[in-house]
Amino acid sequence: MSAPLLEIKDLTKHFPVRTGIFLRATGTVHAVDGVSFRVHQGETLGLVGESGCGKSTVGKTLLRLLPATAGSIFFEGNDITHLHGAALRRLRRDMQIICQDPFESLNARHNVGRILEEPFVIHGLGSAAERRRWVAELLDRVGLRSDAAQRYPHEFSGGQRQRIGIARAIALRPKLIVCDEAVSALDVSIQSQIVNLLLELQREMSLALLFIAHDLAVVRHVSDRVAVMYLGQIVEEASAQEIYSQPRHPYTRSLLSAIPLPDPIEATARRAQRIVLQGDVPSPIEPPSGCRFHTRCPHARTDCSVRVPTLQPVSGVATTSGASVACHHWQSL
Amino acid sequence: MNDAALRVEGLATDFITESGRVRVVDGVSFVVAAGTTLGIVGESGCGKSVTALSIMGLLPKPAGVVVAGRVLLGKDDLLALPAASLRAIRGRRIAMIFQEPMTALNPVQRIGKQLIEVLQIHGEPGNHVARAVELLTEVGIPAPRSRLDDYPHQLSGGMRQRVLIAIALACRPDVLIADEPTTALDVTIQAQILELIEALQRQRGMAVIFITHDLGVIAEIADNVVVMYAGRVVEQGRVDALFARPLHPYTRGLLASIPRPELVPKSPLATIGGMVPALDELPRGCRFRNRCGAATSQCEADPLLADAQTDHRVACWHWRTLAP
Repeated sequence: MSAPLLEIKDLTKHFPVRTGIFLRATGTVHAVDGVSFRVHQGETLGLVGESGCGKSTVGKTLLRLLPATAGSIFFEGNDITHLHGAALRRLRRDMQIICQDPFESLNARHNVGRILEEPFVIHGLGSAAERRRWVAELLDRVGLRSDAAQRYPHEFSGGQRQRIGIARAIALRPKLIVCDEAVSALDVSIQSQIVNLLLELQREMSLALLFIAHDLAVVRHVSDRVAVMYLGQIVEEASAQEIYSQPRHPYTRSLLSAIPLPDPIEATARRAQRIVLQGDVPSPIEPPSGCRFHTRCPHARTDCSVRVPTLQPVSGVATTSGASVACHHWQSL
Repeated sequence: MNDAALRVEGLATDFITESGRVRVVDGVSFVVAAGTTLGIVGESGCGKSVTALSIMGLLPKPAGVVVAGRVLLGKDDLLALPAASLRAIRGRRIAMIFQEPMTALNPVQRIGKQLIEVLQIHGEPGNHVARAVELLTEVGIPAPRSRLDDYPHQLSGGMRQRVLIAIALACRPDVLIADEPTTALDVTIQAQILELIEALQRQRGMAVIFITHDLGVIAEIADNVVVMYAGRVVEQGRVDALFARPLHPYTRGLLASIPRPELVPKSPLATIGGMVPALDELPRGCRFRNRCGAATSQCEADPLLADAQTDHRVACWHWRTLAP
């Protein structure tokens, strides 16, 4: 396979917990702890996990919106972990983000034309007339009428605002877009419209997507590969097809079995096999020792609380995609 | 149906806004039997939550007004009762839980106090502290006695929802209305809460109205389903029949737009064109007609919710030719 567009190695992001009147650091949130993966041109990597697992922090850190605590980020083979100044600004043309609620990320006081023109202005591209033409083309491409340019974000519905967010993200023809829960807040009928738009744009522009979401059904549909996170670490990675048909990590299994299926007959059948996890996700301030999932794992043995499992390639069984899993006992499950 | 725990007939609710009066809920009727779950499904703005608030008498005042209909809880019409009588019934015979338990709980009061308050207000007999511990145990909260002294922010989202359920069920209501109670929760926690609601329902023979936008949750928890669109019921029926053979073009569109494992990965999903019309710009007649591929001039007249089969009703002029 060709060189990856994006590669992150042992990415780690810790946040200090500050308390008291002097805001002394009294603890550390282990938001992301040693995450590695690659994304190729034109490919979608789905990143799933529950609230607080660190998936959004991974996205923001690799985009250099947050400084990494440790580890490295490579984009087109170059180490961008510590890039700054003009070089970092140039990089931003190639890496963009689409957020869950575009309303919060769109300036409410600017009309849509100005919002979409801004990326070109910042990067000193085009004359005023050219930029107007580009804005019109962007609006057309994401399925908005050209008169949208004169209107303000609050005049649009959630689905339309997400189209504006997408238009802004693709304005500079980036190579990678991080979609951070980009369709999570939308109603089903609108969600499918936005998913289709993203899929079309990916094909047209050979975009690489990091698709961060908690909706596993959507992730399966849009992703080539899927990585599952739990408490700041990747516990399993495989092709989208394989991870859903043959989940290996006990966490992946329980996560998949918890998705409600829109089919009453199948739902009843599957309820019988559902693995309902007990308790809540432990605090990332003091993550459990050994395997971080051992406190909730139905298969945990004594060594799981002591030895830390690392993400290992699955060997000895048929795998189509170079799957890997971080569990001491997956083969006997 | 015998044993109707709650019967809603012709409910209509208006909201008075700056730009005029809009009908948010328009002629909604359904029955929920004791021990069964009715799922109400629809997208944002379809009127499903306003239906619940109208039933509970909890509409924001003075904007929201019930303008027609009856809500029969046993023999009492909740809409006709004086405020004092309604207060006595609400929380005791009919209770409600919400999407975000943090906003439904008082952030500066301990869990125990909030739980005991409900028991006191409704004059429940017995030792209220012991009963509060019992309720927290029932909803699966570990170390319930020490939890009584916790404030809501000290609990996780899932645990807060359990506390809210404990408060709602404190006086053993006949009817529980759950408005998107799992929408803000992760799937593994959602699975826990759905199991809890079902287990409590089995023990108590309670009727449950479960409001959600998630067709997967409906398929799992509901016995009967009401599909709402732009303030009206467009289809209702038994859950298995409705999912096996959806009759209304809107229901069919909703079900088709869900990404399913059988689909070719990365293939275009089915969509419903356009978007839900604003409530002050609703089309005449069938409200779905401007998004419906099968609309004809006949659709400019209101379609009535009519029996298609036993226990399966649809409001569409053309369902016979559309449903295979």
